[in-house]
Amino acid sequence: MAKSIEVTDLDIYYGDFLAVEGVSMRIPARSVTALIGPSGCGKSSFLRSLNRMHEVVPGARVRGTVAVDGQSLYDAAVDPVEVRRQIGMVFQRPNPFPTMSIYHNVLAGMRLNNRRIPRAEADDVVERSLRGANLWEEVKDRLNKPGKDLSGGQQQRLCIARAIAVRPQVLLMDEPCSALDPISTSAIEALIDELRRDYTIVIVTHNMQQAARVSQDTAFFNLAAAGGPGRLVEMNPTRQVFASPDNPDTEAYVSGRFG
Amino acid sequence: MIDVALEPVQPHFARLVVAEGRLPRWAPALTAVVSLAAAGLAGLGLGWSPVAVVAGAAALHAVGVPAWSAVVENGRAAVDRLATSLVWVALAVALVPLVSLIRQVVALGAHQIDGEFLTWSMRNVVGSGGGIYHAVVGTVLITLATTAISVPVGLLAAIYLVEYGGGSRTASTLRFMVDVMTGIPSIVAGLFAYAVFALVLGPGIHLGIGGSVALSLLMVPIVVRSAEEMLRLVPVELREASYALGVPKWRTVVRVVLPAARAGILTGVTLAIARVVGETAPLLIIAGATDSVNTNLFGGQMESLPVFIYYSYTQPGLHPQYAQGHAWGAALVLITIVVLLNLAARTLGRLLALRVNRRR
Amino acid sequence: MSTDVWAGTARRRLADHAFAGTTRSAGLVILLALVGVVVFLTGEGLPALTAGAVDLRGHGNLVAYLWPLLFGTVLAAALAMLIAAPLSIGVALATSHFAPRPVGRAIGYAVDLLAAIPSVVYGLWGIGVLGPWLVPIYQWLGEHLSWLPFFSGPVSATGRTILTAAVVLAIMVLPIVTAIAREIFTQTPTLQEEAALALGATRWEMVRLAVLPHARAGLVSAVMLGLGRALGETMAVAMVLSATGVVTLDLTSSTNPSTIAANIALNFPESSGLAVNALIASGLVLFALTLAVNVAARAVVASRARSLGR
Repeated sequence: MAKSIEVTDLDIYYGDFLAVEGVSMRIPARSVTALIGPSGCGKSSFLRSLNRMHEVVPGARVRGTVAVDGQSLYDAAVDPVEVRRQIGMVFQRPNPFPTMSIYHNVLAGMRLNNRRIPRAEADDVVERSLRGANLWEEVKDRLNKPGKDLSGGQQQRLCIARAIAVRPQVLLMDEPCSALDPISTSAIEALIDELRRDYTIVIVTHNMQQAARVSQDTAFFNLAAAGGPGRLVEMNPTRQVFASPDNPDTEAYVSGRFG
Repeated sequence: MIDVALEPVQPHFARLVVAEGRLPRWAPALTAVVSLAAAGLAGLGLGWSPVAVVAGAAALHAVGVPAWSAVVENGRAAVDRLATSLVWVALAVALVPLVSLIRQVVALGAHQIDGEFLTWSMRNVVGSGGGIYHAVVGTVLITLATTAISVPVGLLAAIYLVEYGGGSRTASTLRFMVDVMTGIPSIVAGLFAYAVFALVLGPGIHLGIGGSVALSLLMVPIVVRSAEEMLRLVPVELREASYALGVPKWRTVVRVVLPAARAGILTGVTLAIARVVGETAPLLIIAGATDSVNTNLFGGQMESLPVFIYYSYTQPGLHPQYAQGHAWGAALVLITIVVLLNLAARTLGRLLALRVNRRR
Repeated sequence: MSTDVWAGTARRRLADHAFAGTTRSAGLVILLALVGVVVFLTGEGLPALTAGAVDLRGHGNLVAYLWPLLFGTVLAAALAMLIAAPLSIGVALATSHFAPRPVGRAIGYAVDLLAAIPSVVYGLWGIGVLGPWLVPIYQWLGEHLSWLPFFSGPVSATGRTILTAAVVLAIMVLPIVTAIAREIFTQTPTLQEEAALALGATRWEMVRLAVLPHARAGLVSAVMLGLGRALGETMAVAMVLSATGVVTLDLTSSTNPSTIAANIALNFPESSGLAVNALIASGLVLFALTLAVNVAARAVVASRARSLGR
């Protein structure tokens, strides 16, 4: 069910402000694509435009096309809510629903959409999703405890379980480890590597080592000029980006000379 | 840290302290005792009331400590002590009415309250006996109807302001108008309800539901503002988490945002009820007064506790000692209700705070 | 493939729109209610312009009827604020900068309790306790300061004077002003407080240098909000004040001006015909007055917020 994403000439605006300009890239299916770049270069905005989450900000709009397996995301007939059902997202800070138990957090995607599912099937979904997020063994005895009772790393894996419970085609991750300690981070990175077999994953990260460890392809974003829009500088297999990038700016960035 | 430097500096430092002088820590307390004793003696001699004694003592204290300070310390310290004394005197003065009021209500009201007082109405009662049952029933019904009107309207309007209005013109107008509404005098709310119902049902109309309409005008802005504040406290991340799961906005609001803000909203609503349950003026105008139990919000005059207190005290009839006693008893009941509502609101708030802490 | 994989169902979109529309109409209901207050009070108040002496308690026209009431309303509220403003600021300072934290919290509870007591109970207390307390003070003022127009006498024997009513009003608005002032005081930037203390300032000098200048606009607005409340407060005044409807500056005699709100509460239940219209017209005046005070208070805050934002 994983799908590839084709982005063509994408501009992202917030009101009159052009945040990202002229991005074209092909994100392959069943693979991890990392988006790196200095703060404010638009990589998060770009990520959020892939499931139309940026529209939550009033005044946000795009020009250009984003197509998932040939279906355009921004056609007039497309409902952003439907898009988000099929393209899941994991956020920077773990955000389990505070009023729900672990069990109900995993099922939130279905329950909040009023889908009635038999108890046995629900149990099944919970176990499958928590196993998929490498969390099952740690929480199987306390599924009725509030999701907020877990540690930060466990909460983030709970959010991943919640995202994959609805069987999305693509999983977007916005700096999923930046609020976590190193041990939790490596657990999440191992999980991302496993999830790659079933999902198309796009991950924004500030951490270049992380990009090098988990991704197959890396896209480097940079500001055209101070205060100007963000642009895609280069996208290549991760190995190449870190060993012999095409662009001197990329080399400067990955070798730590700025950003 | 200072130890190293202290050795050579100490003699100089000590001299400074002596030169400046400093009142001992217990100086204000001692002055307070002496002032109280002096005022008490003077009061005994001149037959002052306890309040006058306390006021005199406070004045003596407010003058005494700065004077002492001016002698021993310096001018700036004396001014500081004067300001401190004045602040505490202001506090004492503000608390005297509270203590006196509660003492009076309990002293005159407590012995009124018994089974008959709480379960009888005043129907056909002349002189002693009778009770406030009809007023309690009216207050409960009118307040429930007020809540039933105000909470949906106020909560939905708050949701509009936080989730949909944004910076739009309608939203900012609404926000301003809600602010304005918090300043509407309660008697004006009563006149409004009367004008509306009189237009439809003719002049001289008295209805329980009219009281609810008037009180809603006072309660809605409180609900809107507290609910708005609580909804804003819900982190954006929770809404985004829900959107990212493909949940439509309205379900996100109803199933994620409202539950997250639930305790705070409940606290605000409880405080709003406490605020309107003691309102008198609007009910005097539109709900009217009666000696009998009336459970029909849509027909006939309906008694309420505040109106009962008002008429029992100001128009006590043939046997003023009984009626005024009733007024104090009813006042105690009303205060108890309001205080219990406030405590309930506070407890809800504390439970919420504890839960957030535990889950962090 | 076509795009209809992602086309939302019409039902879902309808639900979203319906919910947004419902919340919006709740907001509109509130706006309509406020417009309704103006419309209905004007509609029912206008006929009073034709009212004569019978319905206006002996006054020839509506203006002559309203003017003494307006005078009394403003006088009582202004006196109340004269008492309440310094007290509230003192209490707020006690809780924010002078008292240890647990004591401050206890005072906060006490002030909240003061705010929770219904006005009709304040009325009982004002007649039963405060009035008699103040009589000896009024007598003393009458004996020694009768050359001032405020105490020219004859002194009231029951203490149910406009000054007593103002004291009750002051106690009732004190929690409102205190709560706002306390919030403003605690928002003083710690850096500025510490800067003052580091210069060797005493606590009072710190308050004067750092806290009060920071709070000035907020305090003005707090006092005005309290004034708005005092102008419209009804029952306590209606019960405490022994009103005869005169225009006088004498604060301690038994002939007192009445206030708009108290006059409505006292006379509405027994009125009919044009007298009711006259009372509603007076209510409209009161509404306009409190509205103006409240809007001015918020304008002070808004202009302060703008100058800070710059």
